[in-house]
Amino acid sequence: MRKGLSWFNVTSLTFGFVFLYLPILILVVFSFNRSRLVTVWAGFSTQWYGSLLNNQQMLDAAWVTLRVGVLSATIATVLGTLAAVTLVRYVRFPGRTLFSGMVFAPLVMPDVITGLSLLLLFVAMDVARGFWTITIAHTTFTMCYVAVVVQSRLITLDRSLEEAAMDLGATPLKTFFQVTLPLIMPAVVAGWMLAFTLSLDDLVLANFTTGVGATTLPIKIYSQVRLGVTPEINAVCTILIAIVSVGVIIASIGVKRREAQRIRDERLAATGG
Amino acid sequence: MTDTSGTAAPAPGASKLRWLVVAIPYLWLVVFFLVPFLIVLKISFSTYAIAQPPYEPVFDQLSTVWERAQQFTLDSYRYLTEDPIYLRSYLSSLRIAAISTVLLLLIGFPIAYGMARAPSNMRTTLLMLVILPFWTSFLIRVYAWIGILKPEGLLTVFLQWIGIFGPDQQVHLLNTDWAVFIGIVYSYLPFMILPLYATLEKLDDTLLEAAADLGARPFKSFWVITVPLSMPGVIAGSFLCFIPIVGEFVIPDLLGGSDTLMIGRQLWNEFNANRDWPTSSAVAVVLLLILVVPIMIFQNYGRRTAQ
Repeated sequence: MRKGLSWFNVTSLTFGFVFLYLPILILVVFSFNRSRLVTVWAGFSTQWYGSLLNNQQMLDAAWVTLRVGVLSATIATVLGTLAAVTLVRYVRFPGRTLFSGMVFAPLVMPDVITGLSLLLLFVAMDVARGFWTITIAHTTFTMCYVAVVVQSRLITLDRSLEEAAMDLGATPLKTFFQVTLPLIMPAVVAGWMLAFTLSLDDLVLANFTTGVGATTLPIKIYSQVRLGVTPEINAVCTILIAIVSVGVIIASIGVKRREAQRIRDERLAATGG
Repeated sequence: MTDTSGTAAPAPGASKLRWLVVAIPYLWLVVFFLVPFLIVLKISFSTYAIAQPPYEPVFDQLSTVWERAQQFTLDSYRYLTEDPIYLRSYLSSLRIAAISTVLLLLIGFPIAYGMARAPSNMRTTLLMLVILPFWTSFLIRVYAWIGILKPEGLLTVFLQWIGIFGPDQQVHLLNTDWAVFIGIVYSYLPFMILPLYATLEKLDDTLLEAAADLGARPFKSFWVITVPLSMPGVIAGSFLCFIPIVGEFVIPDLLGGSDTLMIGRQLWNEFNANRDWPTSSAVAVVLLLILVVPIMIFQNYGRRTAQ
């Protein structure tokens, strides 16, 4: 691609990013509004953040969301990494087509279908719905994202390092943990982050699979939004946006550093230095 | 089974380990992805248990539905054809998804193109800027638009301030199809930009140079070279957006009007408001049948690019 921006490129980039960011920016700005009205600016205030701290329901919902997110993202990362290894390394096994189908389908499957089907499964199994059923639902759909992210890293991986380890007598398990896993770690971390934010974000699956006493933040926000736009919701949303943005930026800087380190190491190893 | 994991001889216990690596995610997906679909299929062929008292303890009601689910019937599907609301919802969902996908392409392509042409030190930042909203909550991004589009919202305030609107004029966009299109385009834009950017960035520079040397105008070489070569990204992005938009629930529910028909919303209402499980299952099965062709194209595409 020939580099250099024409005026057309600059215009479309400017409009594109204004379009992407302006609504979020407005939302953040009005979370600091003194007035209860979300459209009239009445001076700076952090009172809505203060009132959030006293909103026990909101805090409970945040705590449930956080636990579901961490737990489901962790299980999904393990399962998704295994699935990626399976897809990339085991070219032939019975039912491979079905397997790869089940890995890719949830990426585009409308969440109303996934949610409904999981709920009916939990009803059929007669399990009490709540924290664990939401966690299972989130694990199932986020592990596919992890699998895709890790898979793309595994494909580009230099196999000779693993082969060298095996030739030197390392068991497959040891090879995986000491050679393969460190090499794919940036992708695994990115997969975890993706799984965590997807879980944090999900409304439909959570609403289908939830039970008494397990209200997640999106469910709470959704029920409030239906009643109208309030500065408290703006404040909750701003906190969520801040957490996710800081997390993503730190992770991407970390991944970039580690990647640079890896390239340096490989170069060093190659030159025997 | 042949060992494809390398040239090294399989160590003892390796095949058992390999079996585990495959079996764990496989079983999980079968139990929590495949089996639930079979249950949906089964329930869609069962009878609706009406005549519930206004509200019973959830579990009693659920188990009754489950017992009733044992009898096989096509009633739910017949019901889908009898009430025109379902056919209209399916068609309306497909129409909204198709229009949105075209809009996303028209808006996403110039942005992805601009990103790919940017100097390489800028590109990482631009990519980050596209990905960041993708990480922030879907619900929050939709919510942000309510405050802008509602009649006494910020768009009205802005238009009155610059003088296009008089003090008593208001925008009436919220709860219309227009708001749904805005919400969809806004929410799905990163899904369109990223695959487009991935193909555009890899585009071979020398082809454009050759075209220029042969006398092609930039606009012509854009149509003859850039657009055809970016087709993989166009296809990936379009499917990645079209399929989930058809089943979209949050956006039409929060931004759309009562006359905005979308099947995801219909399914949700059937389930949560009417408590009609067989019908909502049938709605889901038919939706899946409609989407199965695009999903399979998308999967084949995903497999091919993965290899």
